[in-house]
Amino acid sequence: MPTYWSIASASFRQYSTYRMATAAGVFTNTIFGFIRASILFAAITTAGGELSGYTIAQAATYVWLGQALLAPIEAFGTREVSQRVHQGEVAVDLLRPASFLGLYYAQKLGRSAFLLLGRGIPPLVIGALVTGLALPEDPLSYLLGAFSLLAAITLAFLADMMVNLAAFWLIETRGLTVVYTAVMNLLSGFLIPILWFPDWLLGIARATPFPSMIQTPIDTLSGRITPLEALPLLGVQAGWVLVLAVAAHLMLRLGVRSMEVQGG
Amino acid sequence: MNTPQQITPDQHAPEPSEPLEPALELSGLRRDYVVRAPVPGSRRRRRQVVRAVDDISLSIRPGEAVGFVGANGAGKSTTIKMMTGILTPTGGSLRVLGREPVAERKQLAREIGVVFGQRSQLWWDLPLRDSYTILGAMHRLTDRQRDARLERLVDGLDLGAFLGRPVRQLSLGQRMRGEVAAALLHSPQLVVLDEPTIGLDMVSKEGLRRFLREDRAERGTTLFLTTHDMNDVERLCDRIVVVNSGTVAYDGPLDSFRAHLGAPRELVVDLAEPAAALSLPGSAETAAVEADGIRHRIRFSGAELTVPALLSAIGAQVEVRDLSLTEPAIEDLVREIYGRSGLA
Repeated sequence: MPTYWSIASASFRQYSTYRMATAAGVFTNTIFGFIRASILFAAITTAGGELSGYTIAQAATYVWLGQALLAPIEAFGTREVSQRVHQGEVAVDLLRPASFLGLYYAQKLGRSAFLLLGRGIPPLVIGALVTGLALPEDPLSYLLGAFSLLAAITLAFLADMMVNLAAFWLIETRGLTVVYTAVMNLLSGFLIPILWFPDWLLGIARATPFPSMIQTPIDTLSGRITPLEALPLLGVQAGWVLVLAVAAHLMLRLGVRSMEVQGG
Repeated sequence: MNTPQQITPDQHAPEPSEPLEPALELSGLRRDYVVRAPVPGSRRRRRQVVRAVDDISLSIRPGEAVGFVGANGAGKSTTIKMMTGILTPTGGSLRVLGREPVAERKQLAREIGVVFGQRSQLWWDLPLRDSYTILGAMHRLTDRQRDARLERLVDGLDLGAFLGRPVRQLSLGQRMRGEVAAALLHSPQLVVLDEPTIGLDMVSKEGLRRFLREDRAERGTTLFLTTHDMNDVERLCDRIVVVNSGTVAYDGPLDSFRAHLGAPRELVVDLAEPAAALSLPGSAETAAVEADGIRHRIRFSGAELTVPALLSAIGAQVEVRDLSLTEPAIEDLVREIYGRSGLA
């Protein structure tokens, strides 16, 4: 455990030194927040003040929470592990007396913790000041929201890790990353709430872990759903964490096996 | 000592062999790679088996320091990958500190220290010091143990000035010293160094070697080293294993390796006055006389003749104005080995 703690805290400190990058990220997130909010507001106003359960205030909350989660979830994917696999650096990771996935998860948690504070909070505050936010009345929503957020970050980590681990078999994983992030951004409910999807697409989305990565934590944190309604969704998140953890673990085992057998 | 090949360690053991389990035991180790080579004029690729390591057997006692040398593609890296458990042997067997490397990779990682000269085990974006905090936790060192060991490493490898700097900002020499410290932090019984001095300047190389010698003298570690620099082997190892095309071409103590080859060291003397061929002691011989008798190139074997003895013999005949001494490069010696065993 001290190993993972030391990695997570080092990773947190590392990101906290990138002040310019953080400021630039906050700026971009905020600008895109305004663009997305104005599009949703226009849609809701045209629909007569409410669209599939979203009022203006709820849409604003949805947008700003989404912008806040973008960085800690790393919705645009990472490439570190796939590059290490391709360059053979993964051998160094495997020669460490610690769990490979554990090391990267600890690193991710440290990074996400910083990104949540440094990149997540500022756009939320700006949004609250400019467009206003609809915040939950039940304090339990915040507690469940925190769990939901942790589960979402874990899921995004596992899915992204699987895309990266494909590098054991593919010479180039960039295309896969692009496809993955496109699908993820849509089906997770980041671009528009999944309730706005046509039924068939909503059905598809709900059969994937993607809504658990963004839609669920946003709905829980914003109080759009009550804590009682959130509980089963948290259960779904937990189920997906289990499934993806097993899948990522198997994928790593197979990848390492093929490296051991075929040579890196 | 006229049969160079496959001198077993027992024959040259400096002390009576102890009943210790070997630190490293490779027997009949083989490794094939399957390569898919394009066939000209066809879209199909032909499956081709390349044998990178072909029947290597080695037994290394605890505390031995072995230089594992050979040309590029001789099978050195493949052997190290198998030793550290990231590559499965195609045939034969190996035990490292009594363990099966692939099956027990994680446990083994606690007991060995590895430096890959071409790869980094430090956390690139973090201050160097943080890497040691993480590694200390990974190896389950107490803060006390870690700090004590780190103090020794910082001192011996002169890391103090840049401990707080992110690894990506370090110079190659600084980073290599940092890598070595990372590999030695948990005081491993076996240290595997894969080209630890590659790309370093003379001063950095020497500093690194000095510390590796000291640390080994203090802790009696087993050392397994691959390098292209004969000086690494000479300063750090007492046994040399030469590999060529995946097989062991020579295995024996370093000094007899030299002696066996006649190891031509070359002394170049510039004389104050031109002179014809000098009379030289022992097996020393004049290889060439240049610049109208001013410059003499003298070949001799380091094992039987010391430089001062040779110099005083020359000094008795002529006045020496300048001199230089060249050591045979590892590539030259290895080439000679290959030449003798008809492998070149």
